[in-house]
Amino acid sequence: MSKKYLPLAATIAVFLAIFLIGGANYNNFLTTRVLGNILADNSFIIIAAIGATFVILSGGIDLSIGSMIGFVGVCMAVLDSMGWNPVATALVMLVFGILFGALQGYIIDFCNIQPFIVTLAGLFLLRGMCFMVTLDSVPIRHDWVADYASWKIGLPGKGVLRSSAIVMLVSLVVAIYIAHFTRFGSAVYAIGGDRESARLMGVNVRRTTVKIYALGGFYSALAGVVYALYTSSGYPLAGSTLELSAIAAVVLGGTLLTGGVGMVAGTLFGGMILGLISTLIIFNGSLNSAWILISSGVLLFAFIVMHRFLVSSFDLKGAK
Amino acid sequence: MVAEIDQSACIEMRQISKSFPGVKALDSVDFKLYPGEVHALLGENGAGKSTLIKILTGALERSTGDIWVDHNKCDFRTTGDAQSAGISTVYQEVNLIPAMSVTKNLTLEKISGRFGYVSWRKARTMAREKLKRLNVDIDIEQPVGSYSVAIQQLVAIARALDDDTKVLVLDEPTASLDAQETANLFAIINDLKSKGIAVVFITHFLDQVYAISDRITVLRNGKKVGTDLATNISRKDLIAMMIGRELGDVEAAFSTKGTGATGETVLQANQLGKKRTLDGFDLELKAGEAVGLAGLLGSGRTEMCKLIFGAIKADTGNLVVFGNSTNRTNPRNSLDLGIAFCPEDRKSEGLVGELSIRENIIISMQSKQGWLKPISRKEQERIADEMIASLGIATPDADKPVGQLSGGNQQKVVLARALASSPKILLLDEPTRGIDVGAHAEILTLIRKLCEQGLALLVASSELDEVVASSDRVVVLRDRAKIGELQAGSITRDNIIQMIAGTDNV
Amino acid sequence: MSSVSQPSTPVWKRISQSRAIWPILALVVILIVDGFISPNFYNIRIVEGRLFGNLIDIVYRAVPTALVALGMAIVIGTKGIDLSVGSIIAISGAIIAWRIQAGDNHVVILAYAVIAGGLCGVWNGTLVAFLGIQPIIATLILMVSGRGVGMLINLIYGGTDPSFESAFLQGLSTGSIGYIPTRILLFIAIFIALWLVVRKTALGLFVESVGGNAAASNLAGINARRIIFVSYVICGVMAGWAGMIMTADTHTSDPVSVALYIELDAILAVVIGGGSLMGGRIYLGMTVIGALVIQALTTSILISGLPPEYNLIIKALVVLFVLLLQSDNARKQIVALFRGKHNE
Repeated sequence: MSKKYLPLAATIAVFLAIFLIGGANYNNFLTTRVLGNILADNSFIIIAAIGATFVILSGGIDLSIGSMIGFVGVCMAVLDSMGWNPVATALVMLVFGILFGALQGYIIDFCNIQPFIVTLAGLFLLRGMCFMVTLDSVPIRHDWVADYASWKIGLPGKGVLRSSAIVMLVSLVVAIYIAHFTRFGSAVYAIGGDRESARLMGVNVRRTTVKIYALGGFYSALAGVVYALYTSSGYPLAGSTLELSAIAAVVLGGTLLTGGVGMVAGTLFGGMILGLISTLIIFNGSLNSAWILISSGVLLFAFIVMHRFLVSSFDLKGAK
Repeated sequence: MVAEIDQSACIEMRQISKSFPGVKALDSVDFKLYPGEVHALLGENGAGKSTLIKILTGALERSTGDIWVDHNKCDFRTTGDAQSAGISTVYQEVNLIPAMSVTKNLTLEKISGRFGYVSWRKARTMAREKLKRLNVDIDIEQPVGSYSVAIQQLVAIARALDDDTKVLVLDEPTASLDAQETANLFAIINDLKSKGIAVVFITHFLDQVYAISDRITVLRNGKKVGTDLATNISRKDLIAMMIGRELGDVEAAFSTKGTGATGETVLQANQLGKKRTLDGFDLELKAGEAVGLAGLLGSGRTEMCKLIFGAIKADTGNLVVFGNSTNRTNPRNSLDLGIAFCPEDRKSEGLVGELSIRENIIISMQSKQGWLKPISRKEQERIADEMIASLGIATPDADKPVGQLSGGNQQKVVLARALASSPKILLLDEPTRGIDVGAHAEILTLIRKLCEQGLALLVASSELDEVVASSDRVVVLRDRAKIGELQAGSITRDNIIQMIAGTDNV
Repeated sequence: MSSVSQPSTPVWKRISQSRAIWPILALVVILIVDGFISPNFYNIRIVEGRLFGNLIDIVYRAVPTALVALGMAIVIGTKGIDLSVGSIIAISGAIIAWRIQAGDNHVVILAYAVIAGGLCGVWNGTLVAFLGIQPIIATLILMVSGRGVGMLINLIYGGTDPSFESAFLQGLSTGSIGYIPTRILLFIAIFIALWLVVRKTALGLFVESVGGNAAASNLAGINARRIIFVSYVICGVMAGWAGMIMTADTHTSDPVSVALYIELDAILAVVIGGGSLMGGRIYLGMTVIGALVIQALTTSILISGLPPEYNLIIKALVVLFVLLLQSDNARKQIVALFRGKHNE
C-alpha cells in the first residue's frame, strides 16, 4: 500500500475503534440509527470541513467558516420572516458564499499575505454583519422547511438518512469528483505540494487560489444553509469557533495541514470521529462536555505528530 | 530601424532587458534559436542566464524588448503561455511536486476533458508514452519524491516534451548526474535534435558544452558577450569570454602564495565521516596555511566543511583541535573551540537579510558569549566599523539591512562575522561564488593576509584556477570521498583534473 | 547615496521614514475623531482616589490584550504564531478559581496562574521547536483542547459555582495606587521586565535572527530550537498574566467564553505595530500602541452610540487596510492608478 493512503487508513481505523468501543459499552450504540443520527447531527460540520479540505490541501487555511455559517443562518431567517422562499434565499446565500470566498482568495494571492490573516478579517467581517442583520434568534417558519426535514431514506436496521445527511453525502461525492477527477483538483494538490513548482508547471496559481477559496466559501455557505434548515432558525452567534471543528475534522481525516497530501473522503471520517466522540460522551451521561474538547485535542495531537513523521518520510521539499 | 526578422529562426529575442530593484539583470540582450540546434548558454553566476531563460519561458516578465516565436510576436505572461507556444523548460532545481505521483506530475495541466474532467486511464497512457520516449521504465503510481534526482530529472524532461514542443530549455540538467546518467541524457538530447527540436542547454561544465552544442552564447553581467558556432570558439577564448579577462591575468593577480612557513598542527580529523554524506577522511590543518578543497559539484566539499564545523553530525571518527580530542558536534561548540565557518549559500545559510550589517557581524561573537552577556551597542558599533573598514565593505553605515548589499559585500559580511568571533581555524565554502571580479580578487588577497596572521584556512572552491592559485596544499574529493592530497610543488590544474578523473573506469 | 555616514539626518525625515509613525498616527487620529464625537472625551477626573476618564479607560481595558500581544510579538518574531493564548487564559483562570476555593494564599495563587501559563508555553514550545510541527498547527492542539482542560479543572472542586471572592484580586481589577489603576502599574512593571529581558540581554537579537533565518542562525552558533522554545514559554507566561487580570475582573472562571478571539486581537496588535508575520523583528513598544489602537476603536464605537457589534466590522476593515498597506502589489496598483490619472 502506498504511504499516501496511510493517514486515511489510520483515520478509518480510529473511527472503527471508537465505534466498536461504543458498541462494547452501550447496548444500542452499534446500530444504523446511531450512525444515521451522527451523520445528520454533524452534517454541517462535515460540509464545511469538505470545503476546508480543499483550502488546506492547497496549503492555506480558512478561518471565516464559522462566521459564514452564522451569517447565512441569520440571513435565511430574516429573509424568511420577510416572506422569501427558503430555496431562493439558499441560492442567494450560496452565490454570496462563492463571491465572498473568491474575494478572500484574490486578496490572499494578490497581496501575497498569509491566508490566516485574510480569512481572519473575513471572520470578523461576517460575524459583525451577523449582528447588523439581527441581534436575536429568529425562527424560520416556511412550510418548505418542515418538508425538507421530513425527507429521509431508510437504512438497513432502524436507522434513517435524514435530509441534512443526504445533502452532505451528495456534496461529498461532488467534492471527491472535483478533487480527484478534474484538472482543478490536481492543481490544488500541486499548489499545496509546491507552489512555485506548480506555477512553473503551468498552473495558474492566482485563478486556482481564487477558485479554491470560492469553493471553500460555497461549502461554508452550504453548511450554513443546512444548519439553518436543521435548526429552523438563525442566531447571530451560531457557528462560533466552528472553523476549529472543521479544521480538526480535516486533520483527523488525514489531510496534512502543510498541504499537498490528503483525501476528501477522509474528511467524512474525520468529522464522524468528532461526532462519535460527542455521541459517546452523551451516551455515558456522567462525563462532562469538557471531555469532547480534550479528546479531540488528544486525537488531533496524535494525528499531527503522525503526519509530521510521515511528511519527513515523504521527503517533501516544503516540509519544514 | 527595425531589422527584418530572421525567417529561419524559431525563436528570436531582441533587445531584452530586465531590471530588479537596484540591479539590471539583463541589458539589451539578443538571442536567436534555430530548429534542430543545441545552443549552449554560458556565463558565470549572476551573468543573467536564468533571467533570460525565465523571460523566454514566461516565468518572469521582461522590462523591455520583443520576442518572436516562429515569426509571430509573442507576449508571455505565464509559463502556460510559453508552453502553449511550444517552449518547455526543465529548471535547475527540478520543479516537480514530490508528493504527487509520477502520472500526476507528468500530466498536470496537460490533460483535460469536458468541464475539466481528467480521465486517469488516459493520463496513465499519456504518462507511459512520455516516459517511453526517453526509455524510462518506472512505476508511475509512486510519488516522484521517492525516486533519485536523476530519475526526477528525466521525469521533468518527459513532462516538458509535448508533441508540439519546439524548444526545450535545460537549465543545468547535469549538475547532479553522474557520467553514465549524463551520457544517457546526451543521447536523448541528440535524439530530440534530430527531430528538429531546438535545445537551450545551460551548464557550467565546459567539456559538456563542446560535447553536445552547435552554437554557444556567452553572457556576462547581464550583457551578451557573443554568439558563435562551437567549432569557432576555442576553449581558451570561451573562458576569456566568460570571465572577461585572459586566464593568465587572473592567475597572476591571485598567485600570491604563502611563504610555506607553516606552524603547528591545529586541527586533525581522524576518519571523520557520515554515512551517505562523506566517507571517513583524515585531514590536518596547520597554523598559517591555506588548504584548498577541490572537486566537482556534489563531491562532498560543503559536507567536509560542515562535518568539521559540526553543522552535520559525524557518525564515525573524531576531531582533534589544539591537541584536545573532542566529541562536540554543534556549531556553538566549534565556535568556542576557535573554528569559524562561512557557508556557501549566503542567502539561505549565511546572512539574516532583515538584520543590519552590524547585527550580522556580531551575532556569532554574541552567541559565543551567551545571551546573558550582551555586547553593548557601543562595542557592537566599534566592531562593525572596524570590520567594515578592514574588509572594505562598501556601505554608508553599519545599520543598513544586510540584504540590500551587493553579493561581494554580503560575502564580506559573512567573513566579518566569522572573523569577529576571533577564530584560529577558518572554513570557507566557496568564498568567491557569485561575486564580481574585483571583489573576487579582494577576497583572495584577504585569505592570504589571514594566513600570514597565523590562521589555518580550509577553502572549498569549484573554481580550479582559484584553488591552484591560492592554496598551499590541495585536498581532492570525488564522489563523496577524499581521494588524495597535493603538496605545494605539485599543485597544477592538470594534476587536480588527473586526480578527479583518476582511475575512474565508469 | 554618499558613503559617508550621516548621523544628522533631519528629524522630520527620520520620523516620516520610521515605521513607528503610522500606528501612532492612527491612534492620534482615532482619539481626535473621538474628541469630535464626544466633547468631554478628554476629561479626566478623580473619583474615590482613582483617575477616571475615557483615555484612562482605553489604557485600562487594553491591558489584557496588550499583555498577550507582547508575548505574541516575541513568538511572531521567531516566525511563529500562538493560537492557544485564549485557552491558556482559560486554564490559568480555572486554576485561580480552583486554588481560591481550596483556600490557598491569594498571592501564591498568582504564581500558580503564571506558572500554568509557562507550562502551556512549554507544551507549545516542545511541539514547535523539538518536534518541528508548524506553529499554527502545533498551537491549534492546545487551542482546541485548552478550554476543555479549564472546564475539567472547574469540575475538580464540584464545578457548580466557580465564582469566588477575593479582596486581593478585586484590588487588581478595580483598585488603584496613588490615583493610577493598579493593573496599569502592573502592566508597566511587566512591560519593563520583558523589555529588559528582550533588549538588555541578547535574547531579542537571537529571536530576530532565528526568525529572519533559522538555518543561518544555527550556523552562527545560535541554538535556534532553544530560542524558539523560550519564546513560546514567554508567550505562555504573558497569557498567564492576562488570565489573572481577566479572572480578577469577572470573579469567576468561565473557560468556555473567556478571552474568546483574544489571539486574533493580539496578532492584530502586533501587525498594527509594524511586526511582520514573516518574523525577524520585535517591536515591543509598538505592539502596545497596536493594542491601544484596537481598544481605542472599540471605545470610539461605544461612545458614538453605534451597536458594539460594529466593532467586528471595523476591526476587519482595519485588518484589510493594514494588509493592503503592507502589500507591495497593492501599493504598486494604487501608485499606478494615480500615475495613470496624472498622465492623462
